[in-house]
Amino acid sequence: MMTKKEKNKGQKDKLKGLSLQVIPFSEIKDLGIAQRVKKILALILGNKIVILHGRLRPEEEARLIEDTMAMIDHIQNFRGIELAVIEPNLKEENLLVKFRYGLAKKLVGESNTLTIIGPSSLIKEIKKDPKKLELMLG
Amino acid sequence: MVLKILKEFSQRIFAGFFRKRGDIKIGFYGPPNSGKTSLANRICKDWTGEEMGNVSNIPHETRKVQFKEKVEIEYKGKKLTFKMVDTPGIATKIDYEDFLKYGLKKNIAKKRAKEATQGIIDSIKWLDDVEAVIIVLDSSVNPYSQVNITIIGNLVARKIPILIVANKIDLRKANLKKVENAFPEYKVVGISAKEGKNMEEFYKSLFKLAKKV
Repeated sequence: MMTKKEKNKGQKDKLKGLSLQVIPFSEIKDLGIAQRVKKILALILGNKIVILHGRLRPEEEARLIEDTMAMIDHIQNFRGIELAVIEPNLKEENLLVKFRYGLAKKLVGESNTLTIIGPSSLIKEIKKDPKKLELMLG
Repeated sequence: MVLKILKEFSQRIFAGFFRKRGDIKIGFYGPPNSGKTSLANRICKDWTGEEMGNVSNIPHETRKVQFKEKVEIEYKGKKLTFKMVDTPGIATKIDYEDFLKYGLKKNIAKKRAKEATQGIIDSIKWLDDVEAVIIVLDSSVNPYSQVNITIIGNLVARKIPILIVANKIDLRKANLKKVENAFPEYKVVGISAKEGKNMEEFYKSLFKLAKKV
C-alpha cells in the first residue's frame, strides 16, 4: 500500500509539469466563437490550464464541449476537459455593491469572474475555491 | 425595444395558431446517470404501456437521441400531447477507463466512449430543436456543476422554458433542498422515476411547463 509520503511525492511529480496560461478577456474579446474555442483548446492540448479573465457565453461553453468531444475521438490520450467558473457571490451583498458590480460588468465585462479550463487528465476536479488551487500549486 | 416585444408576441401568437396538437417537443437533458431515460420510461409506462430505452448503472447508457412521438398524458381532465426527446447525458470528459470499473472489456469500453462523445454532440445540437426542457438531476449528487449551469445558460439564451426534476429522492443521500437552493429561479420537482414517487406533482408541473411554450 502506498504511504502518505509516496502519495504526496506522486502528486508533486504530476504537478511539476503544471503550466498555467492566463488569458485577459481583451485577448479574446474580438474573436468569433470558433476562434475563441480553438484558442482555448489549443492551449489545453498543450497540457496547460487556462485561466480566463471573464467568462464564456453559454453558447461558447456548449461549443467548447462539442469541440472537446470531437477531439476525444481524434487525439490519443485526450479524455476531455474540466471547466469551472468562479464568480463573486453577490447574494449576501447590499444593493449598492450589486449595482456597482452590475455597472462594472456592463462597462468592462465580467471582470470579477474567472473561468478555469484544463485537461481532465491533469485536473481530476477543479475546486471552486481558488485558495485550494493556490495550495495545489504551492 | 417595443418593436422587439411586439415581434416576439406576434411570433408566439402565430406559432400557437399553426402548431398542431402533439407538435411540442420536450427534451430531457442532464448529466449522465441522472435518470433521464428512467423518467422517460416511467412516463411511457404510465401513459403508453411500453418503455422507451434501456437503463443501466453504467454512465452513458443512452448514447443516441431517442424519441417517442405523440405521448398523451391527462391531468384533471386536460390532455397534453407531446414528442419526447430523450438525450444522452452531457459531460465535459469521457474516459473509457471509467467504464472498466464496471467490468466492461477494454474494446467495449472504448466503443462506448466513442459513442458517448458523439451522443453529447447530438444532445447539444438538439438544443436548437426542443421547445421545452426537463432537466433531470440526480438529487444525491452535488447540483453545482458547470455542466448543469452550461445547459441552463443555453436554454435561457434560447428562451426555452425549463422544469428541473430532482430524481432519485428514494436514495438515502438525496438532498432535494440542495437542488432547490442551487436553482432558486426554477420550479424543482423531487421524484423517484424508478419507484414512481411524486409523479402526480411531476405531471402537474409538466402541464405548467407546456403552457409556457
